[in-house]
Amino acid sequence: MNSLSASRDRPQRGVAPELRFLGYALLALGLMYLDQRGGVLDRVRYGFEAAAYPLRIALQSPAAAWRWTQGIFEDRAVLQDENRRLREALRAQQLLSMRRESLERENAELRGLRVKLPSVAERWLPAQVIAHDSDGQRQRIVVDRGARNGVFKGQAVVAGDGIIGQSLRVGPWSTEVILLSDPEHGIPVQVARNGLRTLAIGAGAADALTLPYLPMQSDIKVGDRLVSSGLGGVFPAGYPVAEVVEVRRDGNSPLAQVRARARAGIDRDRIVGFVWFDPSHPAKPVDPAAAEGGDPKAMPISTAAASGASTAPTVAPIVAPIVAPTVAPTVAPTTAPAARTAP
Amino acid sequence: MNRVRLTLTLIVAFLLQVAPLPAGLALFRPPFLVLAVAWWSPVMPRLGGIGAGFLAGLALDVVRGAVLGQHALATALVAFIAVRQHLLVRHKPALEQSLFMLALLMLWQGVVWLIDLWTGQSGDGWRAWVPVVVGAVLWPVAAHVMDRFAPPSR
Repeated sequence: MNSLSASRDRPQRGVAPELRFLGYALLALGLMYLDQRGGVLDRVRYGFEAAAYPLRIALQSPAAAWRWTQGIFEDRAVLQDENRRLREALRAQQLLSMRRESLERENAELRGLRVKLPSVAERWLPAQVIAHDSDGQRQRIVVDRGARNGVFKGQAVVAGDGIIGQSLRVGPWSTEVILLSDPEHGIPVQVARNGLRTLAIGAGAADALTLPYLPMQSDIKVGDRLVSSGLGGVFPAGYPVAEVVEVRRDGNSPLAQVRARARAGIDRDRIVGFVWFDPSHPAKPVDPAAAEGGDPKAMPISTAAASGASTAPTVAPIVAPIVAPTVAPTVAPTTAPAARTAP
Repeated sequence: MNRVRLTLTLIVAFLLQVAPLPAGLALFRPPFLVLAVAWWSPVMPRLGGIGAGFLAGLALDVVRGAVLGQHALATALVAFIAVRQHLLVRHKPALEQSLFMLALLMLWQGVVWLIDLWTGQSGDGWRAWVPVVVGAVLWPVAAHVMDRFAPPSR
């Protein structure tokens, strides 16, 4: 090897660029292969995440500084106003929670239990959003809690008014959260009004979800509230997810086109929470292994997801990285038309 | 100190590339990092060529949460072509340079897109191609700024 000085740095010396490119290309392909296989590069990824943490903080700092400055000059009137609103919200919440205890007891009696169940959420870890990745269709956020705080991959993340997503890549001090609206995310949901179950897939825009697997005649209408169904092993049952904003039924397709809007939006300075669930609670996330071969009524009017996963390869990859391995087995034989499942 | 300048520009370009922007603006963000790699590669093919492109792309992979190696491969390819093309292109009129950059950036985005396809990721669709055009259009300006900041040592 020649000693290289900056001014005589010409490609003619040393290894030919073709060879060097070949070397790097093979390295890149090898990395991709290993990364796709999963497992092998997890430690490497973890290290990279750690290295990227200061960078994320740096990138976030201008916005944080701006908010801080804004906070300093915040008007007394604004603060008083906010204070008043919070008081009102608190009063409303108190009124709601007064009845909670008796409702829970009633519920327990209806379920045939002697004792009142504790809340399914066992523990809650608040986290601050430090980055918002919404280039193109990707809908992800990075928050400032990671493996050091006990966060694990595939953990449910909630905000004040509902589920917002799940943890995807966990670094030591930060976690990438994939939002419900990411096209690669699917969440098993249930219409609160009638128990109709299906999958809600991200639509790639802020707070936007689609329900691509509902047959045309299914009982769903604008304004229906969607809650998590507890299948899929990540989210517990009964948490608010979204509200239906559009239902279209045209003669050309055997499926209804349903769009929904996520309940919990993401603001830049929002606090979100990682949730740990009580594994003995009936509303806990259903583990797919346990659910397999379980209650065939689990999905009465089901989704084309089962047929999608088995027959139409175009559907599977969309959900695959996140939920398909967990969802597919839980979906009962479908009543949906198997044809034309591709959205 | 071209080495310092190289590192500095790559870092700045990287920050510009990944800095959070409102979605409307982010759509039109030129691929700063690729432009920087394409500028430096003919100038310093050894220090700033394929290896620098690879590392820059790898950093992008990590921060974007892409498959490791995806942007690394694409950026190394851009650097390789820029090294081969050497100083031929930089003496052409601005329009020709822009067209060359358009081809180069399309190649870059094409590789990224193909790997998305291969790994089953849903890419950004047509949105991903807007920065390609913006980058090609802005190339003469960017190259001029870079010429001022770090004159090729010749």
